[in-house]
Amino acid sequence: MALSGLEIYKLLPQTNCKDCNYPTCLAFAMKLAAKQAALKDCPHVSEEAKIKLEAASAPPIALVTIQGGEGEVQVGNETVLFRHEKTFFHRPGLFWRLRDNDDIDELKRKAAEADAYTVDYVGIDLHLDGFAVEAASSDPAAFSAAVSAISSVSKKPLILLAPTADLAKAGLEATNGARPLLYAADQDNWETMADVAKQAGTPLAVRADTLEALADLTQKLKQAGVEELVLDPEVSGYLDSLERLTTLRRLALKKTFRPLGYPIITFPGTNGEIDETLLAAEHIAKYGGLIVLEEFNPASLYALLVLRQNIYTNPQKPIQVQPGVYEINSPDKDSPLMVTTNFSITYFSVANEIEGSGRPGWLLVTDSEGMSVLTAWAAGKFDAERVAKDAKAFNVEEKVSHHKVIIPGHVAVISGELEEEMPGWEIMVGPREAVDITSYLKAMWPN
Amino acid sequence: MTIEIPKEKWTGSVCEVTFGATADEGGTRSRTLTVGGETAMPFLHFEGVTPNPPALALEIRDRKPDDWSPLLHQAWGEAMEDPGEWAKAAETAGADMIYLALSLTTADGEPNTPENARAVVRKVLQASGLPLAVAGPGQAEVDNQLLVPVAEEAEGERLLLGICEDKNYRTIVAAALAHNHLVQSKTPMDVNLSKQLVILIHDMGLPLERIIMDPTTGALGYGFEYGYSVMERLRLAAFQGDSMTQQPMLVNPGFETWKVKESKVGEGVPENWGDWDRRAQEWEAITATTLIHSGADILVLRHPESLHRVRTVVDALVNPAATA
Ligand code: B12
Ligand code: SF4
Repeated sequence: MALSGLEIYKLLPQTNCKDCNYPTCLAFAMKLAAKQAALKDCPHVSEEAKIKLEAASAPPIALVTIQGGEGEVQVGNETVLFRHEKTFFHRPGLFWRLRDNDDIDELKRKAAEADAYTVDYVGIDLHLDGFAVEAASSDPAAFSAAVSAISSVSKKPLILLAPTADLAKAGLEATNGARPLLYAADQDNWETMADVAKQAGTPLAVRADTLEALADLTQKLKQAGVEELVLDPEVSGYLDSLERLTTLRRLALKKTFRPLGYPIITFPGTNGEIDETLLAAEHIAKYGGLIVLEEFNPASLYALLVLRQNIYTNPQKPIQVQPGVYEINSPDKDSPLMVTTNFSITYFSVANEIEGSGRPGWLLVTDSEGMSVLTAWAAGKFDAERVAKDAKAFNVEEKVSHHKVIIPGHVAVISGELEEEMPGWEIMVGPREAVDITSYLKAMWPN
Repeated sequence: MTIEIPKEKWTGSVCEVTFGATADEGGTRSRTLTVGGETAMPFLHFEGVTPNPPALALEIRDRKPDDWSPLLHQAWGEAMEDPGEWAKAAETAGADMIYLALSLTTADGEPNTPENARAVVRKVLQASGLPLAVAGPGQAEVDNQLLVPVAEEAEGERLLLGICEDKNYRTIVAAALAHNHLVQSKTPMDVNLSKQLVILIHDMGLPLERIIMDPTTGALGYGFEYGYSVMERLRLAAFQGDSMTQQPMLVNPGFETWKVKESKVGEGVPENWGDWDRRAQEWEAITATTLIHSGADILVLRHPESLHRVRTVVDALVNPAATA
């Protein structure tokens, strides 16, 4: 609920004293509304006005940024409970926990391997976001060495799991100017942790096992001057997670309850009896912000990364690719011509298969408004007329010398009409699933 | 400081639906299965009840399928050779319900017949005492040909008959009406279409206590998010009191996930896709558990290990005492 300049003006002293370096209170109010000035520049606002203005301008869930040597992760600033209401904005960061009592070379090897991990999902490069390094040894020197080792092979953002100020400092010094998340302040150590975070300008996680205690702590930390906080409500299972994370999201969005308006960090693998992947999946769907995994397993990580991508896709617009004729494996005039839709998932499933077949081919991607083959067909966006029209628009005649086009097996029904729409062309019905394209081409397109 | 949980006050609730009939009720099932009845979004026990846990069904076929992932063949082994054995194995694996899908053709490529469908259903009913769902191969005409005799054969068993879509619901609903069964009403990921088909089926005289909605899901990575959100929207509409959206929801993550490349293919895929078996199982289990969070009341699965994993999640979510 952003306020207009005029609404802000009403809350200012209206004395035009110019201490803010603007000529009038109104001018200052306009700049505030445009987010080009900060409220603290007016030394005369009343406490009451300050609370109102801050409440109105800050997002209900604070945005927190963690920076690595390269790259950053931003979490928080969500505005809805259900993705269909608008969209979820900031994908939860997935981190892998490493411990400083591990052998240094082993740590480097692990970090390098996980750092290099990347999978392509519909043209999007999915990867782990960073590492959570734990000071398990309780020895500042060992912790610092571990953080240095990991930073030497990975520039990804870090979370420093350091329960005391000394350890936190040792870890921070080893991060070479990056901006990790410090974890965590609790009832006992919050003052010293706040000092460290403030001095280093890093975000700070706060841990407590009740929401009341969490709220108390965040308020104290805020007063101590730490603005970017992350909450750890210490959840351990599927149900307490769901209840607490839902409560936190609702408090922030429905009650604008500032003390708990921060993103949430979870550790789904720390309760040994629980299936880490499935609890992490719950955290992705239901309000997790930073998720620290115990296990680095490519198969599970790939699935979780795809889930995260799906849940955080904007429901208002499907991911799509540009319509046109795509060249795969340097085709020539004798190479097969295949046709598909411009829904990203469809395009990439097909393009990857053709590429993987090692055979050259042309792929005509029609303008199907980002819909899958059958969805587009059912909606009238991938019928014979559309295919013929785009074949013409993108000049397929000039690309191939044969007059053959392969259509997806799922729309075999359009072949008759397509023959009429594309006179002189032979319509070949391909397999239903892209996985079978290689064997289909081998059988039907010898050479 | 005391913090109060912000609670929603809903007026509507999900309808309770019971499958299967024991001897007392005119069938032969060893137990019945009730789903639905929720009065709040999934498992928010602080504001409503979940009187029945989401049910987990295992899909079996009338014959060994030709196109299933080799991993599933490994998991079921010999049992796949015979629908009765398969049903028993599914019961042993912990299913709440058997979901029998009839094939379009017999093993030698001939069209499936009403006689065969009857015989298979009889066999499955004898092999396992679990409530049973029977779905056709998914071609309107063949579905009708096979499901009508099946409905008659299993008179009194309160089967779930699938799959009613807008083009073929009439015959299946008529068969359910004539022989006291329930139906699966399936629509492609759209709140209004879901509602409309329930209305049409209800208008034919089938009570709401005998209709299950299938809003359709996609596999993780293949349109999953559309179904997920439609389910959340249907559930919210149910609680707001829209009576034609209050049917329990069935989804089939088994069917969807086992046809995608991640589950079907073990070789020639990117190395970072990881171990094939684990990946395939994650695909099914993650799709299923995430759907539980969007309101699924029945999940149809294919792999016994996924069932086992999803069961653990369900147990923890429905029973507050069971979680640490
Ligand atoms: C997600 C989805 C939606 C999403 C849209 C997603 C999108 N951006 O396209 C939403 C919810 C919006 C939607 C809407 C509709 N949908 Co829809 N939807 C689906 C669903 C669940 C998955 C589709 C998907 O993403 N598949 C994944 C992609 C990758 O598959 P694909 O494009 O087919 O590509 C594969 C193959 O075709 C092949 N392939 C692709 N190209 C090529 C090319 C060649 C040469 C070859 C060889 C192979 C090949 O490779 C790919 C991988 O194997 C399907 C059901 C299902 N489970 O399949 C229904 C489905 C496609 N939808 C259907 C319908 C009817 C609709 C609606 C018309 C409903 C309505 N009346 O409103 C609307 C239409 C949209 C509109 N009017 O705006 C029906 C179509 C029925 C039919 N057989 O005609 C389906 C099959 C559901 C059903 N069983 O009823 N839908
Ligand atoms: S400092 Fe405050 S009171 Fe003075 S002009 Fe600026 S806004 Fe007005």
